[in-house]
Amino acid sequence: MSIDPRAVVDPPTEPLNEETEQIVVNMGPQHPSTHGVFRMILTLSGETIVKAEIVMGYLHRGVEKQCEEGTFVHNITATDRLDYLSAMSNNLAFSMAAEALAGIEVPERAWYIRTIVCELQRLASHCVAIGTFGADVGTFFTPLSYAFRDRERILDMFNMICGARMTVSYVRPGGVALDLPEEFIPACRYFLDLYPQKVDEYETLLTKNEIFKARSVGIGILPPEKALSYAVSGPSLRASGIGYDLRKDQPYGIYDRFDFEVQTATGCDCFSRYIVRIREMRESAKIIKQALDHLPPGPHTAKLSRNFRAPEGEAFSRIEAPKGELGFYMVGDGSIAPYRCKIRAPSFINLGPLHEMLLGWKVADAVAILGSLDIVLGEVDR
Amino acid sequence: MSNFINNFFPIAANWIGTALASFLPGWIANIIQIVISISFFFVFGTIVVMSLVYLERRIIAFMQDRLGPNRVGPQGLLQPIADVLKLFSKEDIVPTNADPIVFKLSTIVMVVSALLVYAVIPFGPGMIISDLNIGILYAIAIASLTAIGMLMAGWGSNNKYALLGAMRAAAQVISYEIPLVFSVIGVVMITGSLSTVSIVHGQAAWSGWRWNIILQPIGFVVYFIAATAELNRTPFDLMEAESEIVAGYHIEYSGVRFALFFLAEYLNAFAVAALGATLFFGGWLGPFLPPYVWFLIKTYMLFFVFYWMRGTLPRVRIDQLMGLAWKYLLPAALANVVITGVGIWVYQVLIA
Amino acid sequence: MSNPTTAAGPLAAKVRAAFPRVELRDVDYGIPSLLVPVENLVDVCQHVKSTPELDFDYLASVTAIDYLDRIDVVYQLRSLKLRHDLALRIEVDRDEAVAPSVTGVWRAADFQEREIYDLMGVTFTGHPNLKRILLYDEFDGHPLRKDWHLPAEPRA
Repeated sequence: MSIDPRAVVDPPTEPLNEETEQIVVNMGPQHPSTHGVFRMILTLSGETIVKAEIVMGYLHRGVEKQCEEGTFVHNITATDRLDYLSAMSNNLAFSMAAEALAGIEVPERAWYIRTIVCELQRLASHCVAIGTFGADVGTFFTPLSYAFRDRERILDMFNMICGARMTVSYVRPGGVALDLPEEFIPACRYFLDLYPQKVDEYETLLTKNEIFKARSVGIGILPPEKALSYAVSGPSLRASGIGYDLRKDQPYGIYDRFDFEVQTATGCDCFSRYIVRIREMRESAKIIKQALDHLPPGPHTAKLSRNFRAPEGEAFSRIEAPKGELGFYMVGDGSIAPYRCKIRAPSFINLGPLHEMLLGWKVADAVAILGSLDIVLGEVDR
Repeated sequence: MSNFINNFFPIAANWIGTALASFLPGWIANIIQIVISISFFFVFGTIVVMSLVYLERRIIAFMQDRLGPNRVGPQGLLQPIADVLKLFSKEDIVPTNADPIVFKLSTIVMVVSALLVYAVIPFGPGMIISDLNIGILYAIAIASLTAIGMLMAGWGSNNKYALLGAMRAAAQVISYEIPLVFSVIGVVMITGSLSTVSIVHGQAAWSGWRWNIILQPIGFVVYFIAATAELNRTPFDLMEAESEIVAGYHIEYSGVRFALFFLAEYLNAFAVAALGATLFFGGWLGPFLPPYVWFLIKTYMLFFVFYWMRGTLPRVRIDQLMGLAWKYLLPAALANVVITGVGIWVYQVLIA
Repeated sequence: MSNPTTAAGPLAAKVRAAFPRVELRDVDYGIPSLLVPVENLVDVCQHVKSTPELDFDYLASVTAIDYLDRIDVVYQLRSLKLRHDLALRIEVDRDEAVAPSVTGVWRAADFQEREIYDLMGVTFTGHPNLKRILLYDEFDGHPLRKDWHLPAEPRA
């Protein structure tokens, strides 16, 4: 006897019974399941959501304005705190924009190191994503504990490299801040050897679980045309069948040298978004192994002064961050600080279709759908 | 000697009874004996609940690759006492426009209805407060009083969401009672009696190993799932879910009152697990060890499965919950009754 | 950083053939950048989205830059199938910052235009829900403008 995962109530197509009173319920900003300070104002008819309004901005710190006041290297610390779960990727996008503006050449070894840490960061970020998605759906933190245990190993490796776990400020314009210590490579290889079993553990707990599938298969459909129109990116877009991954489409750095596949799924639902992340974790492990095998010797950064000047001009850098397409639009004016630094945050833009994705589902699904989009408020609000 | 250990509690109860009767008139001695046995069960229940709370946190922690409470006392064994002391020291808040009588009575209704079930649980031969000959029927009827307690809690809180939560909890409890009752009917048909002691005796055939789980596997599965839903435990614990906006019925309760809800929940859980052990696993039957020890082992093993489910499974949605009860469990339980009936008739035809 | 792109020439030429008033700016960072007059913005966007050889179906980013005499709004476009990029710019006056909204063409513009309205003060006509998005509704001023500074006195 099992729960049929497709036996979910489809969103109603006929007008709702006008006799039931609609209540307006507020979810957040303080709420254990909204992944940060985020507010959803839901209008419910019974258990079904008929209208959803998204309110954000509770974590707005004015990072873009701050970036205009500090030098490029100062601003690296600000970028750590955007998507605080993937600081290395934020640093990388910023550094690439600054390098494009100022015309800086980055040495080979620095690109290899950047790739290794960014893919490790992708693993860490996806660990949080699937762990918290499991917690949203109701598993009592068991997948969360397992995912975070493995994330701890990754954060320990970051600690080894640069002394910080989350706000790393490691990838700088010109290369990386410090060279890899000698204990890093054996530690990383050891981690990669046991990593496939860990992903198998998460899959055993979640992917084959009937109740998990009943809570996520067919829920929160995002059709591909809508995803494109809303410029959704990252695993959420790839779960709708569109194989747009910046690492393959517009390879930056040295990604064209690695052999990996873009993972897509065709379900367009929460389960597909989850399964794309799981598969991406396996692919990232492959990339890191290849990078470790081919790591060249050499300098870890270009020779650059701390307060280097960027000439007048504009640059737009985009990378495949764990949450989606992260871009920095930077305008230089010849001084040591950027004139304008605009952050194209994937979580902010991925929230665009949320109010439509929620319609017709039940209250309990609202949290599951939000969790499957995997947003981080630091990026949404900047 | 082994007889003394095995029958320790009935012997002690007898000794107290005769000691009292020697200097008090009969009816007072009776009353005092009943009061002593009831308070013994109350204290026993409380200690059992504390052990269950501690074990839950430790066992689930081990499943999650972490340690759980291990600071307060050796191996953290005094943690539940610390929790209880904390709850007792909190301010007693009654919401302003709440109905004070209903608000305060609801906790008492929950605790009392949980405790009343203990009257018919046989912990060993001769160790039962009252061997009613409608034992199982009484147990299930009393256990359904918790729905009233929940509704009282939701209503008395003067909180729209607590009321909605209470109604959902009551709907869940009532829906799952029907498969629960039907799953028990199979056992009753085989035993031929509603008395819990007779049910245990009925499993003493095959030198104490004809447990009803062998004869009623479907019945056990239905009972277990229905019991999990009755007790609001994972995967049916929507009441405690932070992803549900509609809050649980106990949201306005704090301090001692909340402790009482907690106590009632675990007492109920232990009673249901104990009934499960009685009905399907042979109660106190077992070799070598004293019967009450076997009984506790079996009940705790069932509880371990509750913890296991809590550490592993996600939570179902409310409509999936109702669908499961009415579309899957009830037909399975009815089918079980039919099969049992046919099986008994075939057995009688072949053997008799 | 490698940014594969078609040569600026053919892409810009196709757009300019349909809209003669569009100017080609210097090719910035590998992506052809076209300066579009404000009145023609929605038509140009519609054209680049629906023309099969252009097929710009993905609005990656909308940025506003405050040059002290004007505000520029830059639209970064990408075609996922044909794998080329384009940037469209418009220039609006600082004091009367009004531009047409392109939410009818790409829904992605919804949140991004609200953010630009909120922080830069550019009003987008035709936007379905032009409210502040990151700051609270009663906030006074547009912080990303160059002449906006934090008030010296803390509020009482």
